[in-house]
Amino acid sequence: MLWLHRYGRVLAGATLALIAAGGLVTSTGSGLAVPDWPTTYGYFMFSFPLSYMVGGIFYEHGHRLIASVVGLLTIGMAIWVQCVDQRPRVRRLAWMALVAVITQGVLGGITVLYFLPAPVSVGHAGLAQLFFVLVVSLAVMTSPGWMEWYGRDDAAAATISADRPLQVLATALPCVVYLQIIAGATMRHTGAGLAIPDFPLAFGGVIPMTWDSAIAINYAHRVGAVLVAGVLCVAAARILGRYRARQELVRPTVLLLAVAAIQITLGAWTVWSERHVVINTAHVTVGALLLGTTVTLALRVHRSRFADSRPARRAEVPAGRIVASALPLPDSHA
Amino acid sequence: MLYRMKWALVSTLFLAPLAACGGGDDSAVEDAPPPAPEVDPIDPATVGDITGMITIDGMPPEPETIRMNSDPVCLTEATDTSTDYFVVGADGGFGNVFVHVKSGLEGRTFPPVAEDDVVLLDQDGCRYAPHVFGIRVGQTLQVRNSDPTLHNIHATPAENDEFNTGQPIEGMIYDTSFDSPEVMVPFKCDVHGWMNAYAGVVDHPYFHVTGEDGAFALNGLPPGEYVIEAWHEKLGAQEQTVTVPENAAAEANFVFTITE
Repeated sequence: MLWLHRYGRVLAGATLALIAAGGLVTSTGSGLAVPDWPTTYGYFMFSFPLSYMVGGIFYEHGHRLIASVVGLLTIGMAIWVQCVDQRPRVRRLAWMALVAVITQGVLGGITVLYFLPAPVSVGHAGLAQLFFVLVVSLAVMTSPGWMEWYGRDDAAAATISADRPLQVLATALPCVVYLQIIAGATMRHTGAGLAIPDFPLAFGGVIPMTWDSAIAINYAHRVGAVLVAGVLCVAAARILGRYRARQELVRPTVLLLAVAAIQITLGAWTVWSERHVVINTAHVTVGALLLGTTVTLALRVHRSRFADSRPARRAEVPAGRIVASALPLPDSHA
Repeated sequence: MLYRMKWALVSTLFLAPLAACGGGDDSAVEDAPPPAPEVDPIDPATVGDITGMITIDGMPPEPETIRMNSDPVCLTEATDTSTDYFVVGADGGFGNVFVHVKSGLEGRTFPPVAEDDVVLLDQDGCRYAPHVFGIRVGQTLQVRNSDPTLHNIHATPAENDEFNTGQPIEGMIYDTSFDSPEVMVPFKCDVHGWMNAYAGVVDHPYFHVTGEDGAFALNGLPPGEYVIEAWHEKLGAQEQTVTVPENAAAEANFVFTITE
């Protein structure tokens, strides 16, 4: 089971790298450097000569190759989970991830063949983040900490479950982060990244004096950043104030605070640098990291909702098998 | 009996609309487009010309050096690595300006372009040649890859169909044409981001792309009043109204100003 978890982490890491590669494609304007799909200049994808990976082809074809690796890893994950994990929810997650990555590949092809229509490109970006959420969830739910219920006794689990504001905040965080990512993707794929050329002000003021669709989506992304930061601060205050002993909550919270600060800095720097390729791409990648971390925190907060059993003694469980339990609540299992 | 009545009703419903078809009903004639207004054919004995100069006022930016490091082949093949946004002659003549008749030719038709009269857009030394060109609606544009590297030819028109095709092999040729007038159609290579070109697609033969000397000539225009447009990729477009006299030349000069 530990190796399954490690495999899940590799898959999550590869997915983050894939998101970065996709960000580079857009940031360098290489989305149409390879006009055909699924072939590459008529070559089968894996037989395209490496010496031909020049200019924009390096980014676009490189993105396709990494996507293929992620696809193969996802197939492996789905099969492995099916073989060793009896939990229906985890199995469903694994097969959903496989469907998502296949759909993502098709969306990528459609966006190339139809010359990058904005709705399809934004959909491709949005589904990429959802796929990342799925693989992060798989990694979390196969982790030793998750399997051991993070060492929580019944009282600790009940306290966290009964903390309604914490439950709401933990759920709201990934939702607002995802919406912020969608706003950012819409801004990128409609060419509105510099619709407001200054930061932190907007045309020298707090609110733009003039509006069009590009300015609106750009401003919405800035407002979204404030919203994300606000929800994060409230959640962090609650967790660090009341659950300082719960390291499974504290660590992702502290990481979130650091990542959010980096992300806001990168966002500002993207504007100041007039969308420097590296800065812009880093902003996309760190956004995904932020989403993945909020999902990790949410899953850990909501651990009690998942009805798999507390760990039995090792002698009672076949090696490498993860057993689902029919007992729904923490106090139902011994 | 009831069965026959039902089929009679069904048949009537299907056949009734046919009674409305054909026959001398004037409403069918109303749907046809009105005939084009008759325009006198061009009399070669009366045609005139519009000539002029395109000049630049002010100091254009210095050309920048294009870094072609992303493709080793371009590094060896390229003979010109300077940006060519501003082509200025010794006497201030302004090159790469597309001049055309924007209006005044409405209703006129012109002989179609001969099939072998092809406009060539070459990819040589990882640059487009020419950088700005004119082409007629329906005329064949031949795009050639003269480089030993991959290019894609990606046109992003607003009125015509967008296309993006790969040319991975040296010597490959791609033929296309445009169905609608459009000033200007941008071309780019997504592999080599510095490569771009512009096509002025018009439905008449009166267009010109200036060279370094800035001179242009639109010859063989019927007498009348025309709007002439001069377009530059960085400095925008300017218009002038010019009256072409019978069997004589009219002059129109354009000055593009560089603002600080």
